[in-house]
Amino acid sequence: MQNNNETLIRVEDLKVHFPIYRGVIRRQVGSVKAVDGVSFSIKKGETLGLVGESGCGKTTTGRAIVQLYKPTAGHIYFEDTDLISLKEEPMRLMRQEIQMIFQDPYASLNPRMTVRDIVAEPLLAFGLATGKEIDARVKELMNLVRLDPDFIHRFPHEFSGGQRQRIGIARALALNPAFIVCDEPISALDVSIQAQIVNLFEDLQKELNLTYLFIAHDLSMVRHISDRVAVMYLGIIVELADRNEIYNNPLHPYTKALLSAIPVPDPDHYRKHSRIIMEGDVPSPANPPSGCRFRTRCPLADQECEKGRPEFREVLPGHFVECFKVELPTRSKEVLTEENTL
Amino acid sequence: MTSEILNVQGLETQFNTPEGVVHAVNGVDFKLNEGETLGIVGESGCGKSVSMLSILRLIQQPPGKIVAGNAMFKGQDLLQMSNDDIRRVRGGQISMIFQDPMTSLNPVMTIGKQLAEPLMLHLGFSQEQARNRSIELLEQVGIPRAADRLKDYPHQYSGGMRQRVMIAMALSCAPQILIADEPTTALDVTIQAQIVDLVIRLREEVGMAIIWITHDLGVVASIAHRVNVMYGGFVIEEALIDELYRRPSHPYTVGLLGSLPQIQAEGRKRLYSIDGMPPMLYKKPHSCPFAPRCKWVIEKCRMENPPLLPIEEGHRAACWVNIEDGSVRDAE
Repeated sequence: MQNNNETLIRVEDLKVHFPIYRGVIRRQVGSVKAVDGVSFSIKKGETLGLVGESGCGKTTTGRAIVQLYKPTAGHIYFEDTDLISLKEEPMRLMRQEIQMIFQDPYASLNPRMTVRDIVAEPLLAFGLATGKEIDARVKELMNLVRLDPDFIHRFPHEFSGGQRQRIGIARALALNPAFIVCDEPISALDVSIQAQIVNLFEDLQKELNLTYLFIAHDLSMVRHISDRVAVMYLGIIVELADRNEIYNNPLHPYTKALLSAIPVPDPDHYRKHSRIIMEGDVPSPANPPSGCRFRTRCPLADQECEKGRPEFREVLPGHFVECFKVELPTRSKEVLTEENTL
Repeated sequence: MTSEILNVQGLETQFNTPEGVVHAVNGVDFKLNEGETLGIVGESGCGKSVSMLSILRLIQQPPGKIVAGNAMFKGQDLLQMSNDDIRRVRGGQISMIFQDPMTSLNPVMTIGKQLAEPLMLHLGFSQEQARNRSIELLEQVGIPRAADRLKDYPHQYSGGMRQRVMIAMALSCAPQILIADEPTTALDVTIQAQIVDLVIRLREEVGMAIIWITHDLGVVASIAHRVNVMYGGFVIEEALIDELYRRPSHPYTVGLLGSLPQIQAEGRKRLYSIDGMPPMLYKKPHSCPFAPRCKWVIEKCRMENPPLLPIEEGHRAACWVNIEDGSVRDAE
């Protein structure tokens, strides 16, 4: 897909299935196919946005990369190491490179620990600092995330949501990771605070050359922060492309519907554009539709779509889509390349 | 012009907490016309929900207390009514839907029973009539196989369907005003679009006035006729929908709009961010509540809290500074 030596993370055909047990003897009667064959790669210093509705498997994908869930199948490469094949101790050491920031800044910090203890915990776990160095490093990290180092001995409840998220970011940065999975880091925050945190993410990426997997359901924020965007639906990636390409030229009918549902802060927009209103809800991932997963809600679906899963193919340079019905746009290639260089 | 259906003046609500008195709403005035949709926009803690709950007297007293103000609904003050009278208004003439449809539905009661309850209570329907009307209502909000699904419990419905049930319940007694408190915040964007679309359709069919509380300036642009922006327990800007986006005149509104990423934007501009965070309301502010975060702040802002000052017809902002040319405004 990309030049291998600059690829940091490569995910190949990742599957995460959760078993369903029923009855007195807890027999397995089925499985929830939360992630069902996902492949992508992320280059060094790049931000890949992962979007989709709740239950589409975006969080499970993120957690599987950090090995918080054991994948059912597939490979996750960090540089050239397959994380799945690693034993416990080598994986533990590998976690220095791969960190995670969680959605809920209220639930992801231990209320009985001070900021110092929270941020110092990873340092202690890896023996990276002792004695006075610890406080110095914690204060340095607090400065990095624009928190006042004087607050080092405070508890999480003394901070606002945005400040708590900064503590979570400081903790993730403590080990100098190369790659961070950001799992909806701004969803729980107020609008004016969201912008502060997104700007912080961008500054840190420049300062520390970080690579992000940015998981979110807010498509406009994802467009802002990402270099490339992957759209998930029912456990699979249906479309993946450069950020401007996917918003200007969405090819999958699901991406089109999703983009059209984004609220736009402009009353005039609603007079000029009619929205695509998708019918119904997302089907259950325990029993996904046969063939194309989107066909039950797709306006273009016909018999062809029942036959089998469409191939995830590259229809334009760097633009991947999983759909039988993709019509290439009438716009010429020149227009596309011109837009991309802007 | 259509006639006025609700007129709220000088509403003040406080809460007694162990840390002190929280001044949640500090003198809110607004009007609602028949058939009109008023958007109320603000971040958490700005007083948008508390002011609406106060009007319906749904805040717990104590610790809450409505300190001042009146809310005239069809010639009667909602804040002075007897408990029996306000109970007849709530759910009947004024109904409300909430953010989280799971916690606002009773988990151990079937959807059918919950839908029938207001019909039997407010309209005196028999059980049979209520059941038939419930089926009609579910069909109206787009629930397939409505008759079968009356027997289901809330957990058997998806989030979007639960919110549809809430809307069906709120509309069951043909209210004149529907208060919607962040009804789409807990939902996915595609479901949010479905719900907004549904409310717009029902608004035309039923003809009720709507107060739509939200923190999302995008959603409000799709549904409201007029918008009030709230901050620190005050309305700090009010305008017709087009004026607000064309000519935001309070620095906070400007900041909120600027902090949204533009979906149409090609390049990557740094997001405008408002520094600091919303105020704690332990003291009733005597200066502008936004002054500590404001780029345009002048000495006067720290001395005197600006009232709503006219910008143009139907558009007022509570700011001493004319942010278009930097001149200082005076109170009339």
